[in-house]
Amino acid sequence: MTLLVVDDVVVRYGAVEALKGISLSVEQGEVVTLLGSNGAGKTTTLRTISGLHAPARGTILLDGEPLTGKPPHEVAAMGVGHVPEGRRVFPRMSVNENLEMGAYRDRSHLKEDTDRVFQLFPRLAERREQQGGTLSGGEQQMLAIGRALMSRPRVLLLDEPSMGLAPLIVQTIFEIIKQVNDEGVTVLLVEQNAAQALRLADRGYVLETGTMAMDGAAKDLLVDDRVRQVYLGEG
Amino acid sequence: MSFVDQFWQLTVTGLLVGAIYAVIALGYTLVYGVLQLINFAHSEVFMLGAFGGLFAVRALLPSGNINALLSVLLVLAGLAFGAASGGLAAFALERTAYRPLRRRGAPRLAYLISAIGASLFASNLAGKEFGRDSVNLPKDLFTYNTEVFSVFGARVSSQDLVVFLVALAMLLILDRVVSGTQLGRGIRAVAQDADTASLMGVNVERVIVRTFVIGGLLAGAGGFLYAMKFNASFTMGFIPGVKAFTAAVLGGIGNVRGAVLGGLVLGLVENYGQFFLGADYTDVVAFMVLVLILLVRPSGLLGERLGRAA
Repeated sequence: MTLLVVDDVVVRYGAVEALKGISLSVEQGEVVTLLGSNGAGKTTTLRTISGLHAPARGTILLDGEPLTGKPPHEVAAMGVGHVPEGRRVFPRMSVNENLEMGAYRDRSHLKEDTDRVFQLFPRLAERREQQGGTLSGGEQQMLAIGRALMSRPRVLLLDEPSMGLAPLIVQTIFEIIKQVNDEGVTVLLVEQNAAQALRLADRGYVLETGTMAMDGAAKDLLVDDRVRQVYLGEG
Repeated sequence: MSFVDQFWQLTVTGLLVGAIYAVIALGYTLVYGVLQLINFAHSEVFMLGAFGGLFAVRALLPSGNINALLSVLLVLAGLAFGAASGGLAAFALERTAYRPLRRRGAPRLAYLISAIGASLFASNLAGKEFGRDSVNLPKDLFTYNTEVFSVFGARVSSQDLVVFLVALAMLLILDRVVSGTQLGRGIRAVAQDADTASLMGVNVERVIVRTFVIGGLLAGAGGFLYAMKFNASFTMGFIPGVKAFTAAVLGGIGNVRGAVLGGLVLGLVENYGQFFLGADYTDVVAFMVLVLILLVRPSGLLGERLGRAA
């Protein structure tokens, strides 16, 4: 079953066309990764799905229901969880309060879901009263992911979760993404760290300056000559 | 009389006026928090609240004697109508002067001009409709307005006590609302990161409107308190408005507790300063404080976030 469909979406910033009619789809239960260099439009794609940008053309469907034109809080209510680029934890709220924000629309499972997040990220449990802004980069990333999970999303959009983190932490984050996916959450993962993303994902798309350049099974992209050259930094 | 003799009287008056500044300052600081915008028309919300409360009391005032219980009920009615008028005014202000600009992504300067325009409009409309003379509460409303107790020799009247306690109650309630309710969480989230708040399911537009209304409720009730202590006129908003703005900056704009602290400190400084320099200098002292903070500590006493306000 196709959970998320992005069809022929165009996004403009003033005169600049950031997305020039891109399409992608994510099946229920999949991990799909969206690769591309800086400025290719990866973040714009996620922000458009979430309703932070209005597309000039095209449709976005979640489980057959249109998301296009809906404001972000309605998109969130429909089951889209978004871990934004740069983590964006609320700096002057505690870890607990940040998680509460994730459950803003429905607090009925607050206790249960907070416990689950602390189980996934024991380091957050130790810092539950600490302000978000004082956490390390890795802890902030964990908090941002935990916060998004608090809304029990049907699809989780992750924007460069490995950015600026030490390799060991990146490893942990990727393991958690895998675990979350195993528990049934569909994932759309934007990454610069192409090798690691492709090893985790079922399928991948490659975005080049606002156009979808390639797509395919992750294991095929991982051995594709062009992907290896440009995104895996191999020879 | 020396400063020492006068100290407690000045302190009582300073805290009293300061509590009213604090109530108004919260409106500036809350709106600044969610929009990074100084709502310069907030002073007229205060003025309209004062008239709303006064007219309500006058309309409800029975002929004949007023006993203490009736007096208390009338004051409560005045507060309620003052708050309602302020809330309504703030709502209308947001709809007409700010929302259309936000929809168009207007530059910051446009908001300022719009605020000044709305402010002049509201003030002059009030002058035309309510008359240009100052309006007082019925004289006999506080016939029992005698000294209830004294603090180290400083006289505290029942009216002073009412004004201070009501202001204090509003400050405490607001603090609870911001720290412990769904709306408060929404306000804080929008203030810290509006885009991310919307990703969490916060309806940012609704939070903005409600923030304006909360600020308006407080300013409106504050206006009635001010009118109870002094009087109401169509120009009454400007000076307390700028002072409350000073209080908000003094405490650290965007910081709720800072606004309260700033209001009380400003009230005290202004009254102590007045003793040394004379009553004519009250406003001069207040604005010197504003200039000094901006020079020395622009982020205010409790503020740390001015740099983030892009």
